Amino acid sequence: MKASAFAYARPTSVANALELLAAHGDRAKVLSGGQSLMPAMNLRLISPEFIVDIGGLAELRGIVVKGDVLMIGALTRHVDVLKSPEIAARAPLLKDATSHVAHPAIRNRGTLGGSLAHADPASELPACMVALGATIVVCGPKGERRIPAREFFTGIYETALSPQELLVAVELPLAQKDSAHFFHEFARRHGDYAIVGLAAQSIVAGGQFNELRLGYFAVGDRPLLALAAGKLVNVAITPEILANASAVLGEELDPQEDQQATPAMRRHLAKVLLSRCVSTLLSRPDLRSGAPA
Amino acid sequence: MTPVAISLEVNGERVDAHVLPRLNLADFLREHLKLTGTHVGCEHGVCGACTVRVNGEIVRSCLILAVQAQEGSVETIEGLSDSGEIADLQGAFRDRNALQCGFCTPGMLMAAQDLLTQSPAPDREQIREHLSGNYCRCTGYQAIVDAVETTARVRAGRAP
Repeated sequence: MKASAFAYARPTSVANALELLAAHGDRAKVLSGGQSLMPAMNLRLISPEFIVDIGGLAELRGIVVKGDVLMIGALTRHVDVLKSPEIAARAPLLKDATSHVAHPAIRNRGTLGGSLAHADPASELPACMVALGATIVVCGPKGERRIPAREFFTGIYETALSPQELLVAVELPLAQKDSAHFFHEFARRHGDYAIVGLAAQSIVAGGQFNELRLGYFAVGDRPLLALAAGKLVNVAITPEILANASAVLGEELDPQEDQQATPAMRRHLAKVLLSRCVSTLLSRPDLRSGAPA
Repeated sequence: MTPVAISLEVNGERVDAHVLPRLNLADFLREHLKLTGTHVGCEHGVCGACTVRVNGEIVRSCLILAVQAQEGSVETIEGLSDSGEIADLQGAFRDRNALQCGFCTPGMLMAAQDLLTQSPAPDREQIREHLSGNYCRCTGYQAIVDAVETTARVRAGRAP
């Protein structure tokens, strides 16, 4: 199908975009790369009356290290993330995850900010933001707001953004010494939405986790920072401890049923990912369960 | 809704037009410019039949508005075919029976050429991954991967 008719504006600055959103916010949608918005419009899942195309705002592009954070502009495309030496060195989890986002032709247009504002619970990038402890920077009529990723995602396609606000950047803490990450997703085909996925960031020392953040996606209505990780930190991990953490994980997940999987299957796969994550990050093949990936 | 003036380059030629904002690039190419080699399949970015190059990079033309191509350079299968850029790849597709109905072929050629320009010696897994966003309902993909692999070898000066 084709998108229904809408009015179109191409703001020349963030300030100009905010004026347009102030005037039309409730009826408007922000267009960045369009790789989630356009499918939804073509399928007539949404029919905005007004499109604010921010694609030309160069000030929203770019990846820079600022003090102790990595700042990524909202319009940074997935392909830019994949090619960035700063991200490879400072936030390698994000690079790994982005290689699983859709296909090359989509990654050439889709943007980080667009993906986060869209907030698909099966998307890789919101889970990375939660696992990395990112700060989402938004601008609105009352100025700038800085929102921790954990509070940003509020439901299926729902975020803390108001219709008058624009997501302008994300800030990631820089990977520290002894940082290690794990990313894996189960999907029917490379580039498809995950059935279940895990983006994990950790600090490993002396064969133990000093810190472990488990960002699950496609297991509920938003990315989940699993509390089960707490059972695995600062402890010598045995199969029993891992089994206990896995049981805790099973209880805190509330997966949904769809054409791809039942809640029971998702819960099972999430546990498989947990054991693979722990065994990989600690180089402990004895902790691994499930068939090879 | 008022038409918007756009100016872009398509296959090396300047194009000026007035289009409604809702018109996507695929429909602009097909309906306004009669460049019907760009196919429209799913219209939501899944099938890859509408793949074209914008500013040198492959994109889904069903997921871009014509107005977003303002000042851009668009290349379609007609452009790549007429310039001879992919003559060897097209030949390999014929030789290997890498097409049957042909609906996916323009998009496949676009995606395959994109891979070959970025990565001159891809293995079969890389070829599959790069083409993973392009559906073919006829061939079962083996012959397509064969054709891309053969082209890569020949371009690298190795025997097919």
